[in-house]
Amino acid sequence: MSDCLTHSAPDSVFLEPWHAQVFALTVHLNEAGRFSWAQWVERFSETLRRHGLDRQLDGGADYFNAWLETLEAIPAEAGNASAQEVERVRRDWEEAYLGTPHGDPVRLSAR
Amino acid sequence: MAGLGQAAPMPHDHSDHPHALLPSEPALRVKALETILVRKGLIDPAALDEIIDTYQNKIGPQNGARVVARAWSDPVFKAALLADADTVLAELGYYGRQGEHMVVVENTPEQHNMVVCTLCSCYPWPLLGIPPGWYKSDAYRARAVRAPRAVLAEFGVTLPAETSVRVWDSTAEVRYLVLPMRPAGTDAMEEEDLLALVSRDSMIGTALAALPAAALPPTTAPPTTNGAQT
Repeated sequence: MSDCLTHSAPDSVFLEPWHAQVFALTVHLNEAGRFSWAQWVERFSETLRRHGLDRQLDGGADYFNAWLETLEAIPAEAGNASAQEVERVRRDWEEAYLGTPHGDPVRLSAR
Repeated sequence: MAGLGQAAPMPHDHSDHPHALLPSEPALRVKALETILVRKGLIDPAALDEIIDTYQNKIGPQNGARVVARAWSDPVFKAALLADADTVLAELGYYGRQGEHMVVVENTPEQHNMVVCTLCSCYPWPLLGIPPGWYKSDAYRARAVRAPRAVLAEFGVTLPAETSVRVWDSTAEVRYLVLPMRPAGTDAMEEEDLLALVSRDSMIGTALAALPAAALPPTTAPPTTNGAQT
């Protein structure tokens, strides 16, 4: 655990860029009225509880994995982004990365 | 953050890869989710950028430290803060996004306060920013309530036996900020100088406010100009 005595050298706010992105997506969807923060807390805490049944969560990558799993379920249930659709677009992104020469910007081809 | 459908190349140390470095599996899932929601007009990429910029660069424990330093310096402000934190914090602009229902709890020689969220990671974002990893860990969430003195000891805090420890469990409805005790030997210090003594952890209750450099024994004085240890 941290024994840092001042706020002059804070931990990194987000350890990886996708942690920031999934956080921002959640806040944005909340503020757009897709769910209340109380609903989010209820669902997220349930995911954390389930993930923590057989191991200790360290609050790092496992925390954001639980966060992502929770967030993915909400638009899926609302019919806005099914698991199949997410998987298809995930594959599109993967192919885009693998097909882009190193150093070039990665673009997703049109649907 | 790059816009939809375009991502900046990943930082890279090698030159022998024929293609762009593939992001991790969860990173690709987040990109996929974002892509779908943007295509359907459900989210605005610019709003996402604004949210990330806010929490990476603009909001952090310096906000809470300012509130604490003012409370130490101004008894009227402190009384108002303890009586009705929401009103006082709103006047300072520290409100919204997980800071709507704030309670400030004051440390005294009789009672030390500590904050946890046993459910997940509820935290006063406008005052402290995004919580540190340890605040979100099972080790802290499970043990802060059950064994607060042991947890405090791991943070290097040992309280006098006569000081009780009260643990406040945050929720989606109520969040807490600890008002640490003003360190001895700081009577002559101005509000601006006091800021450096107020750490994030001291406002969660897992640290005490730092001693000013002048109060530290010479052998332990940190080699910095402002007395702050990192």
